[in-house]
Amino acid sequence: MVEQAENEPKIIGFLCNWCSYAGADLAGVSRFQYPPNLRIIRLMCSGRVDPYFIIEAFIQGADGVFIGGCHPGDCHYLTGNLYAEKKIKMAKKMLEISGFKSERLRLEWIAASEGELFAKTIREFTNQIQELGPSPITGPNPDLKILHKLKTVQNSVIGFRLRALVSKERKIVEEGNVYGELKTQEEWDEMINQAISAEYARNMILLLTDGKPMSVKELASELEEPTDKVLQHIVYLRKNNFVAMDSIDGTTPKYLSLAEEGQ
Amino acid sequence: MTEDAVSPETTLSPEAANGAISAASTPSKELQTDTTAVTTTTTSKSTDKIGSVLVVGGGISGMQSSLDLADSGFKVYLLDTLPSIGGVMSQLDKTFPTNDCSMCIMAPKLVATGRHHNIQVISNAEIEKVEGDPGNFKVTVNKRARRVNEEKCTGCGVCAQKCPMEAIDEYNMGMVPRASIFIRYAQAVPLVFAIDPNKCIGCGICAEECKAEAVEYDQEDTLTDLQVGSIILSPGFKPFDPTVKEEYGYGVYKNVLTSMEFERFLSATGPYAGTVLRPSDGEVPQKVAFIQCVGSREDPDKGGSPYCSSVCCMYAMKEAVIAQEHTEGLKSHIFFMDIRAHGKEFDDYYERAEKEHEIKFTRARASDVQEDPKTKNLFLTYPEGGEIKREEFDMVVLGIGFLPPENVEKLAEQLGIELNHYKFCNTSSFSPLETTKPGVFVSGAFSGPKDIPDTVAQASGAAAKASSLISDARWTQTTTKEYPPERDVSGEEPRIGVFICHCGINIGGVVDVPGVVEYAKTLPNVVHSEHNLYTCSEDTQGHITEMITEHNLNRTIVASCTPRTHEPLFRGTTAEGGINPYLFEMANIRDQCSWVHMHEPESATQKAKDLVRMAVAKSRLLEPLYTMELPLNKNALVLGGGLSGMTAALELAKQGYNNFLVEKEAELGGNLRHIHYILSQSGNGTNSKAEDPKTKLNELIEAVNNNDKIKVYTNSTLKDVEGFVGNFKSTLATNGGEETVEHGVVIIATGGHEFKPEQYLYGQDPNVMTQRELETKLAGGEFNANSVVMIQCVGSRDENYKWCSRTCCSEAVKNALKIKELKPDTKIYVLYKDIRTFGFREDYYREAAEKGVQFIRYEDERKPIVTNEGGKLKVSVPDFVLKGDIILHPDQVVLSAGTHPNPDNEEIGKLLKIPLNKYNFFLEAHMKLRPVDFATEGVFLAGLAHGPKFIDESISQAAGTVARATTILAHDSLEVEPQISNVVDENCDGCAYCIDPCPYSALTLIEYKRGSAIKKTVEVNEAACKGCGVCQATCPKKGIYIRGFKLDQIAAMVEACLEVS
Repeated sequence: MVEQAENEPKIIGFLCNWCSYAGADLAGVSRFQYPPNLRIIRLMCSGRVDPYFIIEAFIQGADGVFIGGCHPGDCHYLTGNLYAEKKIKMAKKMLEISGFKSERLRLEWIAASEGELFAKTIREFTNQIQELGPSPITGPNPDLKILHKLKTVQNSVIGFRLRALVSKERKIVEEGNVYGELKTQEEWDEMINQAISAEYARNMILLLTDGKPMSVKELASELEEPTDKVLQHIVYLRKNNFVAMDSIDGTTPKYLSLAEEGQ
Repeated sequence: MTEDAVSPETTLSPEAANGAISAASTPSKELQTDTTAVTTTTTSKSTDKIGSVLVVGGGISGMQSSLDLADSGFKVYLLDTLPSIGGVMSQLDKTFPTNDCSMCIMAPKLVATGRHHNIQVISNAEIEKVEGDPGNFKVTVNKRARRVNEEKCTGCGVCAQKCPMEAIDEYNMGMVPRASIFIRYAQAVPLVFAIDPNKCIGCGICAEECKAEAVEYDQEDTLTDLQVGSIILSPGFKPFDPTVKEEYGYGVYKNVLTSMEFERFLSATGPYAGTVLRPSDGEVPQKVAFIQCVGSREDPDKGGSPYCSSVCCMYAMKEAVIAQEHTEGLKSHIFFMDIRAHGKEFDDYYERAEKEHEIKFTRARASDVQEDPKTKNLFLTYPEGGEIKREEFDMVVLGIGFLPPENVEKLAEQLGIELNHYKFCNTSSFSPLETTKPGVFVSGAFSGPKDIPDTVAQASGAAAKASSLISDARWTQTTTKEYPPERDVSGEEPRIGVFICHCGINIGGVVDVPGVVEYAKTLPNVVHSEHNLYTCSEDTQGHITEMITEHNLNRTIVASCTPRTHEPLFRGTTAEGGINPYLFEMANIRDQCSWVHMHEPESATQKAKDLVRMAVAKSRLLEPLYTMELPLNKNALVLGGGLSGMTAALELAKQGYNNFLVEKEAELGGNLRHIHYILSQSGNGTNSKAEDPKTKLNELIEAVNNNDKIKVYTNSTLKDVEGFVGNFKSTLATNGGEETVEHGVVIIATGGHEFKPEQYLYGQDPNVMTQRELETKLAGGEFNANSVVMIQCVGSRDENYKWCSRTCCSEAVKNALKIKELKPDTKIYVLYKDIRTFGFREDYYREAAEKGVQFIRYEDERKPIVTNEGGKLKVSVPDFVLKGDIILHPDQVVLSAGTHPNPDNEEIGKLLKIPLNKYNFFLEAHMKLRPVDFATEGVFLAGLAHGPKFIDESISQAAGTVARATTILAHDSLEVEPQISNVVDENCDGCAYCIDPCPYSALTLIEYKRGSAIKKTVEVNEAACKGCGVCQATCPKKGIYIRGFKLDQIAAMVEACLEVS
């Protein structure tokens, strides 16, 4: 296969057809130069960017992921970009928890007329990624722990709960929930951040206990979370048939993932 | 008329009457492939009317008219004097009141116009001669020599890069030089260069550089004859040239600019890439003054025009806001006479500009501008608070007004139309779309200064009028493309052909194209790869179809420029090769590769290979897709029997469509029943017989009642609606009973009503009344006061009702003039916040002032106080000059009560799933470019239901809804794009999380029986879905996807992108 030069970051971009992709075309028409590290995938709307793709790109070794959408109000599909924003915010939060640098993921609004801004943004982003260095999961000694965490993140973002929450955020914060009430952005963020942490921890537990029975204490040390918290997750996962108690080692119960049947 | 007459089976439309012919000539979904069709067919039908329309002027107005006409079965010739269409809107940076990027919202319309196979854009051309009669005109057009062959030029731009001669860039208001071979702007349509005859020195370099051999120095002007049934004039306007106003120093002082120049300063594609700089020294200005009404609302002796240009207040606020956003530290200061923010939600914008953006507003006309010759700073002199101030600024922007378009007299003479006293097109309130010449219609700023939403509504309205005249000839001049039968490739292993374009030297000069070809051959399933000088040239396209046969290809990939402009073309080529057009994929190796990595050929080549590999990865997983056809009911439902509703119903009937007109009152007419006289739009004062509202009302009611295509339901309301575009089923509550009607579209024209004041002793003192009540008295000869105080903005622009009701200032002036006519000695005082007699209505404001009507301003903080002291009315209002109070003792107080939304709006909105704005008027799909559409397909909006407006504006909108509706009704079935959502029943468990994020309400949760169990799933309304994919990115179960953007297809691209190590 093809050689990729050392320290030449690999950046994948998801651009919406109507604004950012057009802005990228305009950069070309105007001959605004930027580094050749970006590979663009055209989607009709930034709202189509599934957080799954973002994490998948990182798992496969991307050093950076760039998402471009229309400025708020300009979306060809009225509100798709606003949903993109929520999804990316969630993905970034997850990356932060996993210890993978969330700066490697960037969302920008770029209009069809902003060719120069597009080029400038890509220059900056490429520099930033270059400074961050290669992704920790690439190269001769990939950090398997981080890879493991990324997989946890991926499992979390494809899960029911976070997707459901993200799909409701605009309604609950901006339009009013079924009771006609609004939550403040702060209240919402606190709530969803809790959900994100919980989903991450649970998915991590599932991965860790996949084929290898582990105790609450062992899990707590891996997760860097207090044991009582971990136990709460275990309770939830058992109740939903995601893990089962495998054995009791002395006074210490050990748990095993049932992921295959459970999910 | 019987009920049978309007049932779909017995429709009287000409389409149905000529069923066989129209079915043959109605295009099914065909691909738009420029001029490279294999076969074109034109069906002709015997009629003396010609089914084609000439649209003069390709700005946003002309484009909208053209698209509406071409989509409803007419051939369109779109003429523009410039080498490309797009008009003034293409030069704007942002648009008010949403601050949308102008090019972002306009580009889809530009591209659609340029690609529409029934729109022929004739650029760089002008009318030479017009002969004939309505329905059959012969127009001779002079197409000026472009000196570049339109068929051959690929728009690559190498010529302009090599051209040694610089010329003036009119698009950038002369502030950036361009080559003498040029396109106006990067997204220009047609994307064909032109040689500027004034600057070209004939060196011959461009011809040497042009690999497409498109430069033809010997081209000459050519005359062409066009046969058209009707003509729409939308030549736009000419911006006022402030050079004549020497007091402002424009053209002398470097830092005094026009608002059009400033617009380019703000634009990312402008001279300073969006950061505002001073032309004198390139410094960032800190203080910018905006002087309003330059060339507008002026004594003609002072070089300007008396009318108001209607849009300058809003664009000045927009420019002031955007300048502050784009440029750190910049502060804007607007000098104005009245803020005329009379459009929908414009006052909210005004409030944000003042409060959030802290823009300074000073109510004064600056008398002059002086320059400090050393610093090039500017001094403004203006009156404030009774004294004269002098203030220093870094930059001054002149809010220039609208003039009639260039060469307007010649145009008027050629077409035989009358101009008004300002040399704009002469129209009247009840026929705002007609010129004085039958068969010739008007739209946009040519009929008077107006903003973009009003222009777009009027453009659709003009399309309706232009086509109703020739509706018998629908689909007679249009063409349909036919493709060879499609080969069934199911079950075949992918066989991919990859065609890689040199684009002259645009790609080949940077990327090693033969190297990419060799690389492509190594990729899985690629059985053929080759390179072409220009893949888009006609001969290469023919060659591609041959290669498809020769190599038995079942997938094609073109690696060249951008799919945004060229995907439809190559899909057409693929279809011509007998392959499903959706088995085509594109790699953008020019705009997003060779052009942006010009100095890194190796990396660019590597990137091109990667992009081709990614395209191949997706191509392997592509599936054939097919346009779907859904049945279409050609009837319409019109809600509201006022002026807008009746106009819509009649226009629909003229187009040949039966409709149901539903009015909740016992009689038709709505608000028009209360209007006794109007301010003529043709400058004829308040008494023109041709514009008598009572006569017009009776004519309209009679026409509606006598039209056998209209079924009127009075005392009726909408009770329930099922279905979607093409197939609605509505239940009407009518005279105590119920009736169900079936229809394909809905037009909402449910109107509004005059506010019932809660203040100023209204309802307590018999001498306090609304303008409408005064008008009734005046018309009925019951007026007998010696002095009258009129109070503006009652139930408008106040703390409870924040919107401007748009018409009240003119209504007050109208009634004041009527009083002066009947009883000239009557003292009249108008208490106002801003006088908003925009456009030509300014004439009447001036006339009222000249006749002694006194206008006294008040502010929100100190509103007038009306009391009754011993049976006599007393009004006190603060005096800004003398700092005291003015006390008046009028016989009557007349309140200019605002226009309020119909209380039924909420209910109707829920039934049809259409939104309201925060003031409970209906909210259109887009405030700028889709003023009469809803995001929900097949539902349209006109009149006061949209917001307060004048008679002419309601008529334009109502006709506009008919043009928009006709783009659906003119077809025999509803065609649905294939790249939309598709539910995977096995995976969908009915969690319904996708439903809220769907911007088009296209998803519904349904239950169905599988075996004995009740299952839930989501159903896609294919007529409503636009394919954005938000549902897919939300779904946790892989239960829904967008065809052409499936999970595995995108994932394959991600994987292919990163598979190198």
